Amino acid sequence: MTQAPQPPVRPLRPAQRATRGLLLTLAVISIYAGLTMQTDHLDWGVAVTSFWHNLQLMIAHPHLGQDTWPALWQAFTNTIALALLTTLLGAVIAFFLALATARPFAPRLLALAMRSLMAVIRAIPTILWVLVYATVIGLGNEAAVVGLTFHSVAYLTKAFAEAMETVPPAKLAALRATGCGFWLTVRHALWPEVRASLLSWTFIRFEINFTNAVAVGAAAGTGGIGYNLFMASAFNFDFQEVGLIVYLLLAFAIGLELIAIRMRRHLAH
Amino acid sequence: MPNVYLRRTNRRRWLAFVTACALLVAGQLWLHLDSRQAFTGVWAGLAWLWDNFMPDQAAWHDLPTIAYQLWRTVVIAIAATSTAAIVAVGLGLAGATTTGRVRWLRGGVRLFASVMRNFPFVAWALILLFSFKQNDFTGFLALFLMTIGYLTRAFIETLEEVGGGAIEALEATGARYWPIVIQGVLPAAIGGLLSWVLYMIENNIRDATLVGMLTGTGIGFTFDLYFKSFRYPSAGLVVVALIITTIVIELLATHLRQVLTH
Repeated sequence: MTQAPQPPVRPLRPAQRATRGLLLTLAVISIYAGLTMQTDHLDWGVAVTSFWHNLQLMIAHPHLGQDTWPALWQAFTNTIALALLTTLLGAVIAFFLALATARPFAPRLLALAMRSLMAVIRAIPTILWVLVYATVIGLGNEAAVVGLTFHSVAYLTKAFAEAMETVPPAKLAALRATGCGFWLTVRHALWPEVRASLLSWTFIRFEINFTNAVAVGAAAGTGGIGYNLFMASAFNFDFQEVGLIVYLLLAFAIGLELIAIRMRRHLAH
Repeated sequence: MPNVYLRRTNRRRWLAFVTACALLVAGQLWLHLDSRQAFTGVWAGLAWLWDNFMPDQAAWHDLPTIAYQLWRTVVIAIAATSTAAIVAVGLGLAGATTTGRVRWLRGGVRLFASVMRNFPFVAWALILLFSFKQNDFTGFLALFLMTIGYLTRAFIETLEEVGGGAIEALEATGARYWPIVIQGVLPAAIGGLLSWVLYMIENNIRDATLVGMLTGTGIGFTFDLYFKSFRYPSAGLVVVALIITTIVIELLATHLRQVLTH
């Protein structure tokens, strides 16, 4: 008996193999997590109904609680100012550090050292920086500013350096060949090329810093609207006020998102 | 001859520069910042960190606890991201212009994604803690809800990149909706989708510390406990463990992303 000829089995491409391996790994880890998840003192029925009830209170009946409007507004603007200041400071510092990190400018050893240092700073969560500085300088805006700036600098340095590395080296070489010094090269060859992308990275960081400023206020108690959010929820159990604060934050964040979309469209042309 | 164009760009440049400086100063005044204190504080803080956070003999005894909590946190962050990814694929298919067949549903999905993306995760963590109490599942749920908006939006963009041409070609052969999606669109987009999942896993492991602090779970809670009971060397060990984990995951994710998208 003769067998029908089998089509040759095509070997998998590396990308396909990686895809299958990754999907399998993620599935196994998720199932393991599901099986070993500790759910002590958890009554599912009660938990779900109470969560649903609180969510309804938040969304449908936002209401002013312990705080007054002026106090809430003051905290809200404080958070915005915090995000703005740390982003700007971070962007300025990161620009110069990125010059020492990007390959066309920095010597290889310096670039490697900077890259590693920034990776370590980025690996430490923002909240830890803020907690440490709150202990050393005392609770307040200073601690939040220093902590948030630290992380912003490390994040933006990486992003800026990557943007600078996309500038064609021939362009830089051309200016150097005419006898331009370092800063003239930066000003006339690098800056016009990377300006748009630096701006959009800075804006992305502003959105992140706004979220972080809220989180830091809640977890470290350094002020801003995050602290009000924490007090309303964890101390006063006033979910109507939580709802109000959430609406305030959502409005600002969605406004930022709309601006970002417009900016991207503007820069693309 | 005066150059009008140059003068105008010059003026705009100055305007941008002055605005940036003004915003810096305004921010400082608004926050009543003591700049000198903040500046000297930077170095004082680093010195303090070096003196107090250096892991000592006692801290090494806490290593098993720290390693276990860190492992749990990583596992839960991966599980939360993967679960969110499954839901986000469904939402992404409904929301992308190429595969979403219902107009109002497309708009609805986009609105939902935007709201979820911008919903302050502190609020999620706090209201979940109130209902689900202090356990692993609360952390899982908080990360899950935080991730879903981001992934839905990213997936919509990735799915749209596959393009209408491929779908039209398959339609011309008489293929129906689900075969087109499962055998045409998803295989073409899977590399991009998984890159986003990897990115979110990386991000969620970074954020897990904060979520853990707020919900009293995982490595964030461990750190909080050591920090608030003044066991700084043990807290320092947590930080070292976090740095190593985050960097390893970042390198792994970067490598995998390169393989996946080639």
